[in-house]
Amino acid sequence: MTRHTLSVLVENKPGVLARVSGLFSRRGFNIESLAVGPTEHPDVSRMTIVVAVEDLPLEQVTKQLNKLVNVLKIVEMDTSVSVQRELMLIKVRADSSVRSQVLETVTLFRAKVVDVAPDAVTIEATGTRDKLDALIRMLEPFGIRELVQSGMVALGRGARSITDRSLRAVDRSA
Amino acid sequence: MTREITGAQSLVHSLEAVGADVVFGIPGGAILPAYDPLFDSTRVRHILVRHEQGAGHAAEGYAQATGRVGVCMATSGPGATNLVTPIADAYMDSVPMVAITGQVPSAAIGTDAFQEADICGITLPITKHNFLVQSVDDIPRTIAEAFHLAGTGRPGPVLVDLPKDILQSVTSVLPHEIWPPTLDLPGYRPIIRPHSKQVREAAKLISASRRPVLYIGGGVLRARAAAELRTLAELTGIPVVTTLMARGAFPDSHPQHLGMPGMHGSVAAVTALQKADLLITLGARFDDRVTGRLASFAPHAAVIHADIDPAEIGKNRTADVPIVGDCREVINELIAALAAESRPDIEGWWRTLDGWRRTYPLGYDLPDDGSLAPQHVIERLGRISGPETIFAAGVGQHQMWAAQFISYENPYTWLNSGGAGTMGFAVPAAMGAKVGRPDATVWAIDGDGCFQMTNQELATCALEGIPIKVAIINNGSLGMVRQWQTLFYDKRYSNTELGTHPASPRTGVKRVPDFVRLAEALGCVGLRCDSAAEVDATIEKAMAIDDAPVVVDFVVHPDAMVWPMVAAGASNDDIRVARDLAPDFDYSGDVEVNL
Repeated sequence: MTRHTLSVLVENKPGVLARVSGLFSRRGFNIESLAVGPTEHPDVSRMTIVVAVEDLPLEQVTKQLNKLVNVLKIVEMDTSVSVQRELMLIKVRADSSVRSQVLETVTLFRAKVVDVAPDAVTIEATGTRDKLDALIRMLEPFGIRELVQSGMVALGRGARSITDRSLRAVDRSA
Repeated sequence: MTREITGAQSLVHSLEAVGADVVFGIPGGAILPAYDPLFDSTRVRHILVRHEQGAGHAAEGYAQATGRVGVCMATSGPGATNLVTPIADAYMDSVPMVAITGQVPSAAIGTDAFQEADICGITLPITKHNFLVQSVDDIPRTIAEAFHLAGTGRPGPVLVDLPKDILQSVTSVLPHEIWPPTLDLPGYRPIIRPHSKQVREAAKLISASRRPVLYIGGGVLRARAAAELRTLAELTGIPVVTTLMARGAFPDSHPQHLGMPGMHGSVAAVTALQKADLLITLGARFDDRVTGRLASFAPHAAVIHADIDPAEIGKNRTADVPIVGDCREVINELIAALAAESRPDIEGWWRTLDGWRRTYPLGYDLPDDGSLAPQHVIERLGRISGPETIFAAGVGQHQMWAAQFISYENPYTWLNSGGAGTMGFAVPAAMGAKVGRPDATVWAIDGDGCFQMTNQELATCALEGIPIKVAIINNGSLGMVRQWQTLFYDKRYSNTELGTHPASPRTGVKRVPDFVRLAEALGCVGLRCDSAAEVDATIEKAMAIDDAPVVVDFVVHPDAMVWPMVAAGASNDDIRVARDLAPDFDYSGDVEVNL
């Protein structure tokens, strides 16, 4: 199955996340990752949803999403024309015998150490799915104690904004 | 000094302003504030039902018979959850409905308070949209939005949940002064007008087709486009099939009508779709009960698919020409576009279709023992009560026979639970239809199983002056389930015997319940008929009573089955006209069938 990234602009109202995630499960689609937060417009939130589906069922889920009254706009973020990033915090076993090796890996991946303990470090890394997977593979031999990931966020490349037109629709002051 | 009203008054004034003339419901703790101003309203009639499910189906019956938005009301918790079945039903059949529920006070939400249920959460996947009102000032706008959402685009149920404290607090927003309020629905933009390029493309396909079929669904009725459909059909000469949800959208007596397609459709309708080279699909959704095994459905056909809901197009069957739009607009534009095209050459197709129609008409066998054939009862009901009569059916064998053996000549005269298949739909839906169309004769055709799920609404009918008529097609069992047990479970009749017949073979008891005495206990006239000779006279007697609801217990043969039938999951090519009897098609392109 192909992995697709959808940017979904929604009204910033209670229950919208439940409507969106509920729709995916009801129609039999599995969400790989979901990130949601406010946008430059206070009435609008933006969700970035990663789903693994073929093209035809993707069209169906997009159409069903579009029918939700609180959904304003859906754009599929093609990897070639968008910037896609995930944030990961990872706590790795690192006593004095291996700490320098761990730090070397951190440098190679342009990640950074955000917390240090006598026998562990916590690393912050951002990047694409592939880069983060590679980092995890490199750190695994040292012993991963804990790991948390944010879910993908994505933005189209270039000057254009997907929020322009749909924001006008909700801007009641204009 | 500004005048202030309560949230409850705001709700009732908003219902008045939006034009809701009837509300079906039951009061209870959380919704109680609303019932006080409702008591005074001269424009909104509240009908006190006996079960919230009845309120929901009554709102559906009202909506389907009138085309207006139906309204039901219930209290929080179990009152609201009792509405879940009719809400799901309305969602599946695209019925415009607004459900208003009370909710525990805002501060108590989330505490598992008495009679608390998260009805917005529960109905999330079965409503077009729902609202939890959080400010008393929002009531008029929310009611306006709910009615707008329910009644426009693809219609459907919308729920408005009102916490008790919101109903009790005061506001200076007066519905009558601000009506119509400005709607705040930036994400809701239904597409009504079809794309003209797509319509021209469709017209070209129609003109070039040799074996086209107009596959008509309930969307044509929701768009109120029956007259336009007739114009289109007669302009092109193309055969028409009407799905279970579209019965009445095209007159059954019309020579171009092949009947209903699907699991229990006519041989001509089912086979026409199978052999077609073009399906002109209007407001239908390729439901599994129509297509049978999807992979082998209409294998030779190109598909024009018009629907107001873009998500229906391509959902089950790929469309060659997708058209998003309201069916009335689509049909009108098709008619205009076809003026530039030649009429399709379908003479050979009609010879084939007429052969199938002649060879495999709908029919039934009379029982050998002289007992009553259910199909005969239903056929006579249709004939005697006439084409203006509204019929509401439950779900099962009687529903299929009512779809097959009554000739529907007018739109909005056939109400049933198509998508959800909700047993118990008939009595409350008939009640709602009769309230909406008081001058029409309304018959509920019900089964002995269905009837026992919702017959308490006959008390409502008797007390509120809603003289519906109910024909119980009493075969003493859950007939459709029994039919499947006969066909697929070696006649092992597990838990389908109901004991409503004169002598129940399993229990030995007679007539539990006795439907005539039950009807009388509910304030209705009760009649019984168990022989063919009495059918007409009994129906006429029921027709003559218009000051009380009438229930007729038609005691029919227990073994009658619904034919034709395509078994669940089978291909429509494997239609059976009777048990182990397949039609003998000698189909070869445009060549006439050998008879």
